[in-house]
Amino acid sequence: MLALVSPALLVILLLIVVPVGWLAWQSIYHDGFTLEHYRRILIEDVYWRSFALTFEISLLVTVLALLLGYPVAYAANAVPRGWSVVILALVVLPFWTSVLVRAYAWLALLQRTGVINQFLHYLDVIGEPLALVHNTLGTVVATVHILLPFMVLPLYATMQKIPNDLMQAGASLGANPAHAFFRIFLPLSLPGVLAGSTMVFVLCLGFYITPELLGGGRTVMVSMLVSRNVELYNQFGAASAVAVVLLVSVLLIFVVVSRFISLDRVLGQK
Amino acid sequence: MKTISPARIALVIACALVLIYLILPVLIIVPISFSSARFLTFPPPSLSVRWYQQYFSNPAWMQATQVTLTVAAFTVLIATPLGVAAAYAISQSKLRIMRIIHVALMLPLVVPIIITAVGIFFIYARVGLVATLPGLVLANVMLGLPYVVISVLAGLQSFDPTQEMVARSLGMNRLRSFFAVTLPQIKSSVTAGSIFAFISAMDETIVALFISGGQYQPLTKRMFTALRDEIDPTIAAISTLMTAASFMLVLLASARQRKSA
Repeated sequence: MLALVSPALLVILLLIVVPVGWLAWQSIYHDGFTLEHYRRILIEDVYWRSFALTFEISLLVTVLALLLGYPVAYAANAVPRGWSVVILALVVLPFWTSVLVRAYAWLALLQRTGVINQFLHYLDVIGEPLALVHNTLGTVVATVHILLPFMVLPLYATMQKIPNDLMQAGASLGANPAHAFFRIFLPLSLPGVLAGSTMVFVLCLGFYITPELLGGGRTVMVSMLVSRNVELYNQFGAASAVAVVLLVSVLLIFVVVSRFISLDRVLGQK
Repeated sequence: MKTISPARIALVIACALVLIYLILPVLIIVPISFSSARFLTFPPPSLSVRWYQQYFSNPAWMQATQVTLTVAAFTVLIATPLGVAAAYAISQSKLRIMRIIHVALMLPLVVPIIITAVGIFFIYARVGLVATLPGLVLANVMLGLPYVVISVLAGLQSFDPTQEMVARSLGMNRLRSFFAVTLPQIKSSVTAGSIFAFISAMDETIVALFISGGQYQPLTKRMFTALRDEIDPTIAAISTLMTAASFMLVLLASARQRKSA
């Protein structure tokens, strides 16, 4: 049996474990051991601000995805089966479209001469085009769009397991629908909220394509710090250290979350 | 659905708006790709297929397409058997280490892709795999493996392993009994998994940005570079084609999966 997994395991070892291990090594060793790169992350403004911005954006994206995703998951769970298939299909189909294609679509929608600005101008709502993209706003709008399925699917899976009788029992005991929702349904859906929020938050922390294409060079998220240090400045040690800090943050979040819910749930396997 | 309460109406409207937000950007590229205008004007002044002609007549785009399709095809050919073997071993073995191995095989989904990309770039730079076809294929095999493993494991869950034992007790060896008894029954999960691996390789961008170059640049890398400079409607045409391809493959995969369920 071990022989059967070993080819797959070898691929994983050589192409993800070794590369990440190499990053970790390179972040502390360059002609001798050094913690210089980590010191710079702690004291230099560029790094600090980028990490702070990344966590802020990830938090904002997670909250927005939850606010937008919860009603959709709730509706998919409440409507008859035929409709819920339609809703879930509309959620999943964008998920299998290239992230790059969706970033392009948002660029086409949001830019100065884009669809939305032209439409608003046509309606005479605005004189000057709005700055919808090449800033944090554009990044957030597109990132929420891309990560929303990761919120809706675990929410829906959790809601499916909440027995209908509970709400009926609540109603028969005199709870009005709002009361029954907040006292019964919402608390029982919290594991799904945690699973979805974790996945969205963690994926957003490492997001690269949307901030790079829609952030207009001002929204420097951590992933861009990594790529710029490699591509522009050839600062391999600095890039590695930033990558290690990012990875450790992600793993810490998974460890903390796994104390409350099973990780299989977060990764959407159950 | 007996009474129509304000809360219910609000829910329907909220849900509809979110679904429009989800699906509109995917659809909007289609009219843009058929527009005759050089610059984005909406609605398009008149329809044309000039951006599709632009795409099909440009050698650089065609070469990139060839690279993408070659890489995706090799990825499927390699990731599928590796993933099936791994999923089979994980589901059959009671060794405790299998649990850890299972987690390890899911790593590509957990580690932020930008970190994987930079790490692979550093390793490839040392062994001379940067800007090569095998380098691209290997990276995509790694990224596609979890999809095959997840899909096949789901298929094996509804498969009764005693059937294979029966075949073995009747004298087949393990390998033959797998191919004769087990594989035909999990065939649709295997197909679904390999389709997802194909889509993953077709859409993969970030690793390609770091490790591909020269004549071995996939479509996504060329699109990314083009997007940084200007909004070329040719990209809308390519995007439309890619999205259409993904949708058809997903429909195929889900039809397969439903058959196996």
